[in-house]
Amino acid sequence: MPQRRVTVGSRVGLHARPAALFVQAAAAQDVPVTIGKDGVEPVDARSILSVIGLDAKGGEEVVLHAEGEGAEAALDALETVLETDHDTSEKPT
Amino acid sequence: MNAETSGIGVAPGVASGPVARLAAPPEPPADTGPEADPAAALERIKAALESVATELDARASRASGPSADVLFAQSMMPRDPALAERISKALSDGRSAPRAVAEAFASFRASLEAAGGYLAERAADLDDLRDRTLAELLGLPMPGLPDPGHPFVLVARDLAPADTAGLDPARVLAVVTEAGGPTSHTAILAKSIGIPAVVACPGAGGLADGDPVLVDGRTGAVTADPDPAAVQAALEAEERRRAALEAGGGPGRTADGRHVQLLVNLGSAADLEAAAGADSEGVGLFRTEFLYLDRAAEPTVAEQTETYRRVFAAFAGRKVVVRTLDAGADKPLAFVDHGHEDNPALGVRGIRMARRHPRMLDDQLEAIGAAAADGEAEVWVMAPMVATAAEAADFAERCRARGLPTAGTMIEVPAAALRADQILRTCDFASLGTNDLGQYTMAADRMNGELAELLDPWQPALLELVALAAEAGRELGRPVGVCGEAASDPLLACVLVGLGVTSLSMAPSALGEVRAELAARTGADCAAMAAAALAAADAREARAAVR
Repeated sequence: MPQRRVTVGSRVGLHARPAALFVQAAAAQDVPVTIGKDGVEPVDARSILSVIGLDAKGGEEVVLHAEGEGAEAALDALETVLETDHDTSEKPT
Repeated sequence: MNAETSGIGVAPGVASGPVARLAAPPEPPADTGPEADPAAALERIKAALESVATELDARASRASGPSADVLFAQSMMPRDPALAERISKALSDGRSAPRAVAEAFASFRASLEAAGGYLAERAADLDDLRDRTLAELLGLPMPGLPDPGHPFVLVARDLAPADTAGLDPARVLAVVTEAGGPTSHTAILAKSIGIPAVVACPGAGGLADGDPVLVDGRTGAVTADPDPAAVQAALEAEERRRAALEAGGGPGRTADGRHVQLLVNLGSAADLEAAAGADSEGVGLFRTEFLYLDRAAEPTVAEQTETYRRVFAAFAGRKVVVRTLDAGADKPLAFVDHGHEDNPALGVRGIRMARRHPRMLDDQLEAIGAAAADGEAEVWVMAPMVATAAEAADFAERCRARGLPTAGTMIEVPAAALRADQILRTCDFASLGTNDLGQYTMAADRMNGELAELLDPWQPALLELVALAAEAGRELGRPVGVCGEAASDPLLACVLVGLGVTSLSMAPSALGEVRAELAARTGADCAAMAAAALAAADAREARAAVR
């Protein structure tokens, strides 16, 4: 089953706005996608409550799974969303 | 009775007025047993959820900035397919409709609470969504803000984003909550709306409707039944601060005229215009990592020179402190083999990289030197992660060899603070990076949210190291500045000045507040604040001691 390991790009982690953008993108895909972390049960990527509950931090690695036709394309799209830093607030040294 | 209690001040400002409490939402009704038609019940619940989401959408579209971001994420929750699934499951298990809703929300709430920290603070958001859904489903009045008919200080156990986003500064004078933390939505939103707010204030539970209170959203002090003279004094001090903020500009000065250089931090070419436009005496920390990260090959000397030239041109006539490359295994470069490090924060990073790659440092200094020779800016250069006087001396020598007369060191390693005297004898200035210095002093990983309290820049141990470095600078007549997060907290900035720091570098947005706070205090005030903070047992006590 196609899977992809991706590092969370948003420094705040997969919370608030970055989580919302990710879930929105997942809902727009043609195939169901799950997201998990090492040692944690994967959850439905279209569920904002489940995704926030994963508590994926900025810089942490998550694993995406998808199955069926268009799975690779869905993973490509979601990988881009995850890698982008959606939090632009300044973090001094 | 004049009882004072305190929490964490998260949105500045002073206000005084009568308390109005957010009414506790009604208990969800008892389970009345299976629904006659579970499928129809599910449809009614879905309609209620959709209506709650639509209302949040509407609020999100009226809000802006952080409020809009928070509401955007929240409006997706009622439409969560996993939530609907759990409700459906509860209905088929024989729960009544309201009970099924409450249980489904509770199951998600439990996992957030179990995660602790930031996620536990989100639990109140889910309670609010549950209450709104139940009110919609059962035709009950929607939970919301009190309306006593006059301006009031809103007191609650916690506030949901939907409540906070609807706050009207004309009616709500201040917000005080028992729960929540500095990262809670209440804190973020109150700040963005401009209402003074205090969170994590356990004493707020004892406040009743109509009690007069005085709230200071900067210090976190909440005074019940305050003395009229105290209210007057607090409001006047706030007025002075605001006036200084509006009238403010020019170099930073204490009330008795002591000069404190106010500078900005700059971390990318994209921020150059905003940084140069800010009313500051220059750049206190120019991070150069952006030139090296996210690229396959090392930037050439010519390319670097061009970038520095643009920065120095934008700051012609002002000071620019350039920090040389601070990369390492935690911020890896694609064109350098960093090897494997089990603990990159303690590894080969900052100036330590120059042991392996001295040419990279020399190239960077050559580019800075060439650009400085062409421009009108006063260019200072400093090295990150210096631990010994020998490293500082070697760096200064390299700088001078490339025509850069003013060479300094970052003080981020406790050893460098302890030996600041020896280090400052070999170079021209020092700049304290309080975030890394805090991490190394408290042996607490900056990436670990669970240790946030240890990383609080008010930790007296950190302040003691700042004092040591500043003292060494004063004796040798060398400038010692602060360029970490600590410099952007107005009260802490006064403490730092009281410890002997001569410049403060921060995000451009923090300049006004820091300048105004300094203008309201004399040098002696700052010294007294510093002494009080140093004498405190922990960060929380240090904060409380200076107000």
